[in-house]
Amino acid sequence: MKIHEYQAKEILRRYGVVTPRGIACFSVDEAVKAAAQLGGSVWVVKAQIHAGGRGKGGGVKLARSPAELKQHASNILGMRLVTHQTGPEGQVVKRLLIEEGADIKKELYVGMVVDRGSQRVVLMASSEGGMDIEEVAASTPEKIHRAYIDPMAGLTADQAADIARKIGIPEAVVPQAVKLLQALYRTFDETDASLVEINPLILTGDSRVIALDAKMTFDDNALFRHPDIVAMRDLDEEDPAEIEASKFGLSYISLDGDIGCLVNGAGLAMATMDIIKLYGAAPANFLDVGGGATAEKVTEAFKLMLKNPEVKAILVNIFGGIMKGDIIAAGVVEAARQVKLSVPLVVRLEGTNVDLGKKILSDSGLPIISATNMADAAQKVVAAAKAS
Amino acid sequence: MSILIDKNTKVITQGITGKTGQFHTHAGAAYANGKNSYVAGVTPGKGGQSFEGIPIFNTVVDAKAATGATASVIYVPPPFAAAAIDEAVEAGLDLVICITEGIPVRDMIRTRYKMQGKKTKLVGPNCPGVITPDEIKIGIMPGHIHKKGPVGVVSRSGTLTYEAVGQLMELGLGQSSCVGIGGDPVNGLKHLDVMKLFNDDPQTEAVIMVGEIGGTDEEDCARWIKDNMRKPVVGFIAGVTAPPGKRMGHAGAIISGGKGTASEKLAAMEEAGIKITRNPAEIGKLARSVLR
Repeated sequence: MKIHEYQAKEILRRYGVVTPRGIACFSVDEAVKAAAQLGGSVWVVKAQIHAGGRGKGGGVKLARSPAELKQHASNILGMRLVTHQTGPEGQVVKRLLIEEGADIKKELYVGMVVDRGSQRVVLMASSEGGMDIEEVAASTPEKIHRAYIDPMAGLTADQAADIARKIGIPEAVVPQAVKLLQALYRTFDETDASLVEINPLILTGDSRVIALDAKMTFDDNALFRHPDIVAMRDLDEEDPAEIEASKFGLSYISLDGDIGCLVNGAGLAMATMDIIKLYGAAPANFLDVGGGATAEKVTEAFKLMLKNPEVKAILVNIFGGIMKGDIIAAGVVEAARQVKLSVPLVVRLEGTNVDLGKKILSDSGLPIISATNMADAAQKVVAAAKAS
Repeated sequence: MSILIDKNTKVITQGITGKTGQFHTHAGAAYANGKNSYVAGVTPGKGGQSFEGIPIFNTVVDAKAATGATASVIYVPPPFAAAAIDEAVEAGLDLVICITEGIPVRDMIRTRYKMQGKKTKLVGPNCPGVITPDEIKIGIMPGHIHKKGPVGVVSRSGTLTYEAVGQLMELGLGQSSCVGIGGDPVNGLKHLDVMKLFNDDPQTEAVIMVGEIGGTDEEDCARWIKDNMRKPVVGFIAGVTAPPGKRMGHAGAIISGGKGTASEKLAAMEEAGIKITRNPAEIGKLARSVLR
């Protein structure tokens, strides 16, 4: 689960990470009041959307007077912000963060993720802050430094100091940086984060280390023990179809193509998307109905796929193990009837009770195209989509 | 021969009193030699009871002492599953197969840390389990789609493994063992570990390696294969069409920062001499083409 920058900073401050003072706002009036409350003469107006690259897209502006601040706030609120992470359709800005201006002397990068190879949390840091870290990794990999964190000992002061020096923090400021990095790891660990990124971490003219930006993502598997974080979820930032799917325990992701796919199991679902592409079309979605699909779940899955007006044909690919073929077939027939299916439907069933399942499909009187294997199914659904 | 488990393996079901634990213990005991293999169950506080004639114990230590079991399978709910793995490791079991899906990564990091230097092998979590056809099935895979034969299968995905097995069976090819290593980012055995076991198993003549996007396990395995593997390997990677940054069902299946894409993995595998296909319907045929 993702949260906004201002929410991430709230959490980080609780653990002792220093950030600029700021106030989250939902209207221009609130933004003007926030600036007055913060005081000073320079403020930053920051669009709050989950996607990165906000600055380049025009979602972050510096204001040197209250009038300028008001102008920026009204321009940014409600704008459709397009960044390299939002896709061409962009994301409407509904929240702002007003922050005090900072005196930036140097921009650095620090981030933490779970490293699969070492099976530990890794701290990554670079002297090249404020830019796309993937670019730094690709062009100057020697400028990225890593520390692997022992889960029992946590990030040690020695490790943190070593990293701080490597990214060019002056000796006098190293103790401050150590404190910040250790607080960052405690935040990561105790909130079950899967990503924390501070880009940039800045060194100010008066030699302070501050998290100027913050991005946090959390492990969905651990949300059950963090109701406070779940409360920060912003449904406006998520795909309505994906939200609807999660209510029924379906794993759904919208894609750009025109063939709806309903599959059991994540790996087979991805493979089904791949084979559709291989046969010359594109999947409209990823949809994993999971191991314990019921007729109700299958019906909801059909409704979801058909909400997408681009869908020209549907492919159901089920390899039944625990999930029996006849039960799936009954679910498909019921769903097709309930939603008054108007696009071609190709069904490929394999596994337990498959013959019984195929009989249910053919006896249903519905125009269901039966497929014998994955290749046959992909060919048939691509042909059906092109014909419709 | 086979890898990891055979007809002589004695197994404990951890979480045997739950609905899932009971369903799959019943199915496992009914498969091939399973009646002699499923010797104990563990649920804290339910010691002294039994399930279909299988005695239940309060702890893994008790179950092991009473039955001589060397392996366990875990169907414990996610908040408690990592602790169940810890318990099995502490009890000194040789093999733990954790089926549970949805364990917090933080818990698994700690569990894996505590496993360092211990003899226990972990398969999973979030996996279908392991089957040695016609001998023993530990996990949630359908037993009847398998038969004994020369092909080893290692995969991160459940149903995609069944798909590969289904294709083998259509060609009349059986399997030595099939291992689902699971879809989580922090887990036990990797492709590489399983590949080494297949390399040393006399029954296995060829191996199917099914991977998916995310991480670099497949690349690591490919590098090892290039220098060490004495048997042909064929491969498929799911997720060529997956968009970056999205979690495709499995928590491990996220491409981020350009790392872990299907194309990178396929390139590394080809470079190692692994025969690959981009068509998931061709996995079985590809395996047949490298046999003998």
